[in-house]
Amino acid sequence: MKLVRSLGLGLLLGAATGACSIEPWVKPYERDHIADPIMSFDRDPVSSAYIHHVYEAREGARGATGSAGGGCGCN
Amino acid sequence: MHRRRVIRPFGAPAIRPFAWLVPIALAAVSGASPAGVLPEDRADVLYHSYDGGGVTIDGPSILVRKQFAGKFSASANYYIDKVSSASIDVVTTASPYDEERTQYSLGLDYLRDRWMLNLGFSSSKENDFDAETFSIGISQDLFGDLTTISLGYSLGDDIVTRRGDADFSDTIKRQHYRLGISQILTQNLLLGFSYETITDEGFLNNPYRSVRYLDDSSPAGYSYEPEIYPRTRTSDAGALRLRYYLPYRAALHWEYRSYTDTWDIASDTFEMGYTHPLNDAITLEAKVRGYSQERAEFYSDLFAYEQFANFIARDKELSSFDSTTFRLGVSYRILPGGWRFIERGSVNLVWDHIFFDYKDFRDLRQPGLTPGTEPLYEFDADVVQIFVSFWL
Repeated sequence: MKLVRSLGLGLLLGAATGACSIEPWVKPYERDHIADPIMSFDRDPVSSAYIHHVYEAREGARGATGSAGGGCGCN
Repeated sequence: MHRRRVIRPFGAPAIRPFAWLVPIALAAVSGASPAGVLPEDRADVLYHSYDGGGVTIDGPSILVRKQFAGKFSASANYYIDKVSSASIDVVTTASPYDEERTQYSLGLDYLRDRWMLNLGFSSSKENDFDAETFSIGISQDLFGDLTTISLGYSLGDDIVTRRGDADFSDTIKRQHYRLGISQILTQNLLLGFSYETITDEGFLNNPYRSVRYLDDSSPAGYSYEPEIYPRTRTSDAGALRLRYYLPYRAALHWEYRSYTDTWDIASDTFEMGYTHPLNDAITLEAKVRGYSQERAEFYSDLFAYEQFANFIARDKELSSFDSTTFRLGVSYRILPGGWRFIERGSVNLVWDHIFFDYKDFRDLRQPGLTPGTEPLYEFDADVVQIFVSFWL
């Protein structure tokens, strides 16, 4: 819990202070591979939600199964 | 004869019936796209089937997502589990049963610049368990859109009842805290990181399950008594994912997840997969997943005597075991030129074969053996998904 809060705070602070100063090292026009659907962490949400459902029913572990809420960042 | 149900296949996993499921459903209706872009308009109709260990579960899942007003995306999911169970627990301590669970989920995304706000609600109902979950999340693209950070929180309230016992009713309060990072490392390499803390408070048992203990007065050499779990549980899970675009059009992915909780369950999950488009129409997928778990502190297959400790469990999902999954999937593109309001579509078939190998959960179906010397339990499961997707 503390780790989540610390990481979240640190990332937000980093974002606030650094977002404007860091030069993207992969330019938007260099992201065609990253933007390919086969590179998606969660290409079919209806399917991945179901299989996580199966695993969490059969296993003791839970959580951190998401796709990090992110994608290619290539808009 | 004393007859009672023991397990609900997907409903009563390690801890509590469907409490864990609702946030997963919310994950399906919450956007998994970059923060600066609304998720695609899309409709999915899925049929799912699970068959293994004497349990069959099948049903539909329908997910629809649509943008409106330029800044919003709404989604809805309808999901059913139709269960028919004669699992190892049911065969040894109860009677087979059928039941059904229905779940509705709604989601709304709001996009503003590079920020996205997600709201979600989900409701799951069955004859002895009701769960409702509210969820909120926020994500932002940073560093020239190379990085996406997301934070999320879910609050769930469940009501647990027990069939045949009108006097029993209890509650569970659940809270999820999520952090996610998606990072473009190179032109061909993506990294994802997830961290999630979950706290539960309330009646975390399955109300139908029992433990066994040595009992010389019983012909079998053992007897049963109800499980007793702690009323609180906190878990932490962290996962790292990599996705790599190969020199030709195909992708490799790796994943590792580490899990621990206050019941002393610890597990590691490894996964590696390969996605290969054969041509514009057909995409193939293969995956291997390994899972290894250490048991809960208060788990035992056979306790030495009745009321052995304050907390006692014989739920095999709390035992030490390994599971291995092999997956094959194929996706076939349909309507490449579109049709009316549909831009394109796909038909998909995904098959997972899972093998479970228990280290300290014994198979009691063979009578006459000395308690504690029965063979260890193992089983295979086939999980099939057939779904059609339309991009609108």
